[in-house]
Amino acid sequence: MIVFKNVSKVYNMGGEQVRALWNANIHIKQGEFVSVVGPSGSGKSTLMNIVGCLDVASSGQYILDGIPIDRYSEKQLAIVRNKKIGFIFQNFNLIQTMTAEENVELPLIYQGVGKSERRARVKEALEKVDIYSRRLHTPGQLSGGQQQRVAIARAMASKPSLFLADEPTGNLDQATGAQIMSIFRELHKQGNTIVLITHDDKVAMQADRSIRIMDGIVTETREERSQI
Amino acid sequence: MIFFQSMKMAFSSIRTKKLRSFLTMLGIIIGVFSLVVLVSLVSGATDNIKTAVNELGTDLVTVDDDGESVVFTMEYIETLTDLPHADKVAPVIYSFDMISGPQDKGTAITYGTTPDFMAIQGLNVVYGRFLMTPDNDNHSSVAVVSNATAVDLFGRENVIGETLTVSGRPYMIVGVLKSSNDFANLLMGKYQIYIPITSAVRLSSNARMSSIPEIYLSAVDSDTSALVEELEAEFTDKFGSTEDVYIFNQSQISSAMDKITGALSLLLGGIAAISLLVGGIGIMNIMLVSVTERTREIGIRKAIGARPGVILLQFLIEAMTLSLIGCMIGLVLSWLGLQVINIIGNVSFSISIPVAIVAVVFSSGVGILFGLYPARKAAAMKPIDALRYN
Repeated sequence: MIVFKNVSKVYNMGGEQVRALWNANIHIKQGEFVSVVGPSGSGKSTLMNIVGCLDVASSGQYILDGIPIDRYSEKQLAIVRNKKIGFIFQNFNLIQTMTAEENVELPLIYQGVGKSERRARVKEALEKVDIYSRRLHTPGQLSGGQQQRVAIARAMASKPSLFLADEPTGNLDQATGAQIMSIFRELHKQGNTIVLITHDDKVAMQADRSIRIMDGIVTETREERSQI
Repeated sequence: MIFFQSMKMAFSSIRTKKLRSFLTMLGIIIGVFSLVVLVSLVSGATDNIKTAVNELGTDLVTVDDDGESVVFTMEYIETLTDLPHADKVAPVIYSFDMISGPQDKGTAITYGTTPDFMAIQGLNVVYGRFLMTPDNDNHSSVAVVSNATAVDLFGRENVIGETLTVSGRPYMIVGVLKSSNDFANLLMGKYQIYIPITSAVRLSSNARMSSIPEIYLSAVDSDTSALVEELEAEFTDKFGSTEDVYIFNQSQISSAMDKITGALSLLLGGIAAISLLVGGIGIMNIMLVSVTERTREIGIRKAIGARPGVILLQFLIEAMTLSLIGCMIGLVLSWLGLQVINIIGNVSFSISIPVAIVAVVFSSGVGILFGLYPARKAAAMKPIDALRYN
């Protein structure tokens, strides 16, 4: 469902070419829970931006759900992000002036989902992450773990093909981080595809398998792990 | 759908920053206020003056001699009725006289004239009658007075049969006119009295029936320009040239006034429009600040699937909402301002509807014009950069 064929991303920084990602070949099947591991500056973020359709590759081919994401315009990328990808960020990235409910509703508004269906899906998503009771709170009134649950609900509400999580536990304490990871495992059990980006091996271990990245070079590990 | 959502977002963004939004709107509020009030005042005053001028008759032509090389006699004036486009002709000797009644006194314009003057000037008599031919034949000391003269000097309107003193001579009042509007009073003075021309020559030592200073004429079918041409031909024939005769055409005065007040409206409106433009720059400035402040929000919206057009629309609607709310507040303030002027000045101005529409259109234009650049800037942001922004 996710296929990278010789994908490279080259930045031009002050006349010097920086290879953020070089000839990456990746295959992620539907329903897989994959972690991308690497230290900071390894090209993780670049990989995530391309997988998440926030950016396009300089060369090579990226196929998401059978669709080649090639030379897409900003508008087309936005539509793909809206329908196919559920982002979960390290710093939650909720809109501060909106309530939890409104934050979850937002991607559905952009999808053009009708009001009654929107309500139902927002409620369902918030209930799944056990935060429905705090739906009228703004992010400022919620703890980090609660905010991350709202963010996961936002990703769930749009029923994406892929959950893309970037260091989702990075700003959380151990216990809360563990709670969030259990939500991901639950999502995985229900058959969702999850790509989790982290620098933390312990977090990465919880996925079915890991993709390692170092200096822009990707090595795909094939070994299957049993769940912890 | 997306449009209503964008509107909701714009409103909530304005609500969360009330003071800033108000200060931003202030430029538009002041701009709209000055535009609407100034233009409403000019157009209101124009309408009033026009009404007053029209009351004097639109088909009116007046002719003045210079009293030396050109002299009008009563007999000559009567011959002017033979001109094809002349309807009625009336000689006028006017003077300023002290008048007094039991309650007050004042200075009046005295028109010494003939019965036809009433039709030429379009005067309305509410009590009694206007001057009649026997009054002139008998050199009678009778007077028709303006409404304000009756009210001020006698304390009531119906003063038929009362005696009025004009420059020391007693005159019996035979008619009272309908009250005229404030602007007519301003133009012509409050006190006007009309007496037989044969009687008027007795009031002043230099007034003679053989030298009548002014002639009032009305034109057939209101065609004053044809009458003016005929008069010019007649005077050229009689006096050799029209150099020493002064012909005034009422409709010329009206159109000249239209030009002046039109230019005044345009000038004041232009100045006010500049202040609206300045208000628009204020909106652009604050929208740019808002776009920068909300870079992360824009990044989040884009990451979860907001198309660039949606972001553009959101900020554009926000700018337009700011300027339109400002415009509405400006219109309400204009209305209040005009009410205050009406109460203080005892006048009756109202908001000119066309200029209110212009204000609304102009404000939305300003909103779009100055909102477009910040909105485009927001729409063009790259989501990865915007998300990383702190």
